[in-house]
Amino acid sequence: MTTRVGVEVSIALADAVKLANADVIAAYPITPQTHIVEHLAELVANGELDAEYVPVESEHSAMSACVGAAAVGARTFTATAGQGLELMHEVLYVASSMRLPVVMAVANRALSSPLSVWGDHSDLMAVRDTGWIQIVVENGQQTVDNIICAFRIAEDKRVLLPVMVHLDGFYLTHVIEPIIFPEQEDVDRFLPPNQYPLPLNPDKPVTMGDFGPPVIYTEAKWAQEVNLIASKEVILGCWDEFGKAFGRHYSPVEKYHSDGARVILLTMGCFSETAMVAIDRLRAAGNDVGQIRLRLWRPFPFEEFRQAVREADVLIVLDRAISFGGPGGVVASEVKAALYNLDRKPKVVSFIGGLGGRDITEAGFEDIIKRGIEIARTGSKREYEIYGVRE
Amino acid sequence: MAKSESELTWKDLEIGCIVTEPGNARQYKTGAWRSQRPTYDFSKCIKCGICQLFCPEGCIEQNEDGNFEANMYYCKGCGICARECWPRVITMVEEEE
Repeated sequence: MTTRVGVEVSIALADAVKLANADVIAAYPITPQTHIVEHLAELVANGELDAEYVPVESEHSAMSACVGAAAVGARTFTATAGQGLELMHEVLYVASSMRLPVVMAVANRALSSPLSVWGDHSDLMAVRDTGWIQIVVENGQQTVDNIICAFRIAEDKRVLLPVMVHLDGFYLTHVIEPIIFPEQEDVDRFLPPNQYPLPLNPDKPVTMGDFGPPVIYTEAKWAQEVNLIASKEVILGCWDEFGKAFGRHYSPVEKYHSDGARVILLTMGCFSETAMVAIDRLRAAGNDVGQIRLRLWRPFPFEEFRQAVREADVLIVLDRAISFGGPGGVVASEVKAALYNLDRKPKVVSFIGGLGGRDITEAGFEDIIKRGIEIARTGSKREYEIYGVRE
Repeated sequence: MAKSESELTWKDLEIGCIVTEPGNARQYKTGAWRSQRPTYDFSKCIKCGICQLFCPEGCIEQNEDGNFEANMYYCKGCGICARECWPRVITMVEEEE
């Protein structure tokens, strides 16, 4: 029953959307996300998935079509990457503000210019404040599992928010991995039908996305914020139920030998698994190092994060995007903010690396950790260091 | 609406600020935008209704005497009616408060 199948992660992701029985898919192909929507188009064309496939003329239209589909109560999916996510940008806010449970996979890609189809987290960080729930995965199995969870979280009546599942472009989307696909009846049991409470319906007319004068806008935004923060409990509950049903467990902050470790490396995305090999080697050589990964990026898991690093002296953060002219790494900046008011906190050392598809090897992560420990001891003239840049 | 807009708390809002009461935009007092108001010399009015046709707010109706007159709850004071009224019934004057 639990056979592993060797399959490209993009294809597996599309199959997970089929298992979730999506009603509407509106998407525009963009590297490295294309295989996902291509395979979904195939599944719909072959009659294997009973869904409306809308081949739109741009990503802006893709997200707009998703907004419309979700507003009538359809289970809605799209996928994009890099520039495509940027073109969607204004409609991302509309989807979250209108509380529409769209699910989107983002095959993380660097932003132009220079033109790069390769992976980093520039697109991910650029949509940080769009009000979407954002989950970051590291391998194919996590991708399949979290796509299914994403629909359940998004459509939960206590949530009703769009969810992004971020997976690294190429490094994850284009690799073949062993995947356990859940059985259809188990997914059906886990994922109840979408019942949007106030859908567009001519028999019971409603107005969505109306204008909000100054007298109401603040209340509308606060309602949205309260709701996004409260969604964390539902996300935790969903992962808990998923673990009980399928035996695979997820947490907002994933830990690897981090409990009690003096030095902790923080990573996000599939590079984390490479980093684990470096952690293993350093631990075997007697170093007290561990790793944490942010699985849940929004809502930010403050409590779990603070708990995870409370005993550490040094927290080394690897960002894969630059906040130009600002604090450097967005993740480093956020964790510093999360720790600032605590009495006991680790020293945060910020690295940026892995930009535009540049690899970081196991040896590279060993270098980063060693250099991070050195900086924590001696200090650095810079806010952050760029790993591997030729000077 | 049981409460006026300025009394609504964030908890009173429907999900995503959905409006469940169709047509409640008529509560919106666009007359508050006005810096000029139309004044009328109905002795010149030929009741042609051209002001009503051109009013972008759709707030001009015939009064009891059959003359066309703007509803000041909605009139934004744009002055289009005054410009289009060729018998020169309407004169825009500054709002003074």
